[in-house]
Amino acid sequence: MSKRTEPKSYSKALAAEKTVIYIVCIALCVLSIFPFAVMFVNATRDNYSIQQGMSLIPGDMLLTNWQTLNERQNFDILQGMWNSMFIATCSTVLALYFSTLAAYGLVVYRFKGRQLAFTFIMVVLMIPTQVSAVGFFTFMYKLNLVNTFIPLIIPAIASPSLVFFMRQYMIAGLPLEIVEAARIDGSSEFATYNTICLPLMKPALATQAIFCFVGSWNRLFEPTMLINSQDKYTMPMLVSLLKSDRFRTDYGTVYLALALTVLPLFIVYFALSKYIIAGVALGGVKE
Amino acid sequence: MTQKTPKKRHAKGVDTSRYGYYFIAPFFIVYLVFQAYPLLNTVYLAFQRYMITGTNKVVGPTFYGLKNFQNVLTKGSTIAAFQNTIIMWVINFIPQILLALLLAKWFTDTRLKIRGQGAIKVMVYMPNIITAASISVLFYSLFAYPQGPVNSLLAQVGVIDKATYLNTGTAATVAIPFLEKGWHTRLIIAFINFWMWYGNTMIVLVAGMLGISPNLFEAAEVDGATPNQIFTKITMPLLKPIMLYTLVTSLIGGMQMYDIPQMMQQQGSPAKDMTMTVTMYIMELVYTGTKDYGRGAAVSVLLFLFTGVLSIILFFIMSDRDEARARKAQRKARKGAKA
Repeated sequence: MSKRTEPKSYSKALAAEKTVIYIVCIALCVLSIFPFAVMFVNATRDNYSIQQGMSLIPGDMLLTNWQTLNERQNFDILQGMWNSMFIATCSTVLALYFSTLAAYGLVVYRFKGRQLAFTFIMVVLMIPTQVSAVGFFTFMYKLNLVNTFIPLIIPAIASPSLVFFMRQYMIAGLPLEIVEAARIDGSSEFATYNTICLPLMKPALATQAIFCFVGSWNRLFEPTMLINSQDKYTMPMLVSLLKSDRFRTDYGTVYLALALTVLPLFIVYFALSKYIIAGVALGGVKE
Repeated sequence: MTQKTPKKRHAKGVDTSRYGYYFIAPFFIVYLVFQAYPLLNTVYLAFQRYMITGTNKVVGPTFYGLKNFQNVLTKGSTIAAFQNTIIMWVINFIPQILLALLLAKWFTDTRLKIRGQGAIKVMVYMPNIITAASISVLFYSLFAYPQGPVNSLLAQVGVIDKATYLNTGTAATVAIPFLEKGWHTRLIIAFINFWMWYGNTMIVLVAGMLGISPNLFEAAEVDGATPNQIFTKITMPLLKPIMLYTLVTSLIGGMQMYDIPQMMQQQGSPAKDMTMTVTMYIMELVYTGTKDYGRGAAVSVLLFLFTGVLSIILFFIMSDRDEARARKAQRKARKGAKA
């Protein structure tokens, strides 16, 4: 209505509103990047200049900080990265393969108790994992699996949320006629899953792989409970060492170490951000 | 087609349905062993006296009745830990959902046509993917006392006296010991949570809003509804399931808060009593000094019950209202028809 009677003031008000919105959005973007910018800059400065004040101009102490970091014993960043990489890769592969397998079983076959199995998965989806940590730990202790990577990897096979996602995706993206056709052609059930279903699920698997991997890489609670020898520390556990007193005197090194733990995720994130954002949006509309 | 059908049914009915069991078996076996059993084991341990003392002496497990629960509810920091967790979750969640709603409203408004949405989403979601431990230690360093970047920024801006601050001998007298003050630390922890999660919530809400049929908006516009009316009368009610999803997942995640408050803790800081969360307390019970699995399990069971009951209450509140409204509308429609 106002569009017709007062076109000028309307468009002016709209322009003003849009300006405010853009300013807010830019401010939020700056807020997202600012702490990391300070971290990267401070990684190149020495302790003295860091204490003199905040600055966004890089210093020239990067190499010195790197040398100090390397000389410190017990901060083997490469070992930490390798441990985290190993755990995250194994659990991602297992989680994707077996959760998709379970989803396939639920979608393709009509068996007794199918609905019950699905309802079960929906219910356990809501159970917080950390509440069973004490029972999990004492159980692993009995099995003599404390201080190994097994309890950090094998449980990934049962990821209820992943089964749920893959099931949704399969209902939309896996025509049962193809499965049927493969069956008539003499393909075994298992081979059909490996050669027909998995390739068709590739886009969904790729998105979920990112979330699985990052989720596993970032975990702190479970490894802290289970791992106690320092050569088996994961990346986030290693980060917690940076708080200890021996680093108090040299903040440049702390920032460099932090930057090194963050950098791989930055690269992965900005390379795959399109898929990640799409995956997040998909997660919300699942209900 | 008609000729094929009996054959197909034959093949399906006789041969393959058992594969369904084979295919879901790995999931269920691993779930039962590594998640269901540990959960039951936790419940079992909550009723046992079971600990490993500092000198590696194993006590129990022997049946202990409700004594663990009695113990953790009357002594120790259980109640405080629950309070801390709830307070820090609430002061992160309220601004988080409000900002996310506002941004989502802007981004889906066809009148505004905000450009660069993709880039903005990428930027504001980014903290979510970075290791919480690294982010926490980063903030921990930024808020360091006396000569951390935040304090020196405050001196540069003039909030705290610059001359006194720059003198190493007197810096400590003007700098703010953020991480030694309970409320300061709580707010920093809540802020990090908010900062890491509002982008995620916003993207989910935008997806939800885009899922609403455009016909509804058009119809409302034709009827002369203002953008604000459209938002409160159409968008918000239809967004309810997604809001509920956000609320419940955030609550479950928030009650398990561990990484950020743990990393924010300064050795021997008086702020500890005000920032220790439930999972941190569980970890303390089973990990430091006497490893008391019985009490740790009792606190875990309390956390489980608390989260479960709260989620169920939320479900009922949200869905009951919906149904009541639907019933009301139906009654109205019937009345209208009668008249």
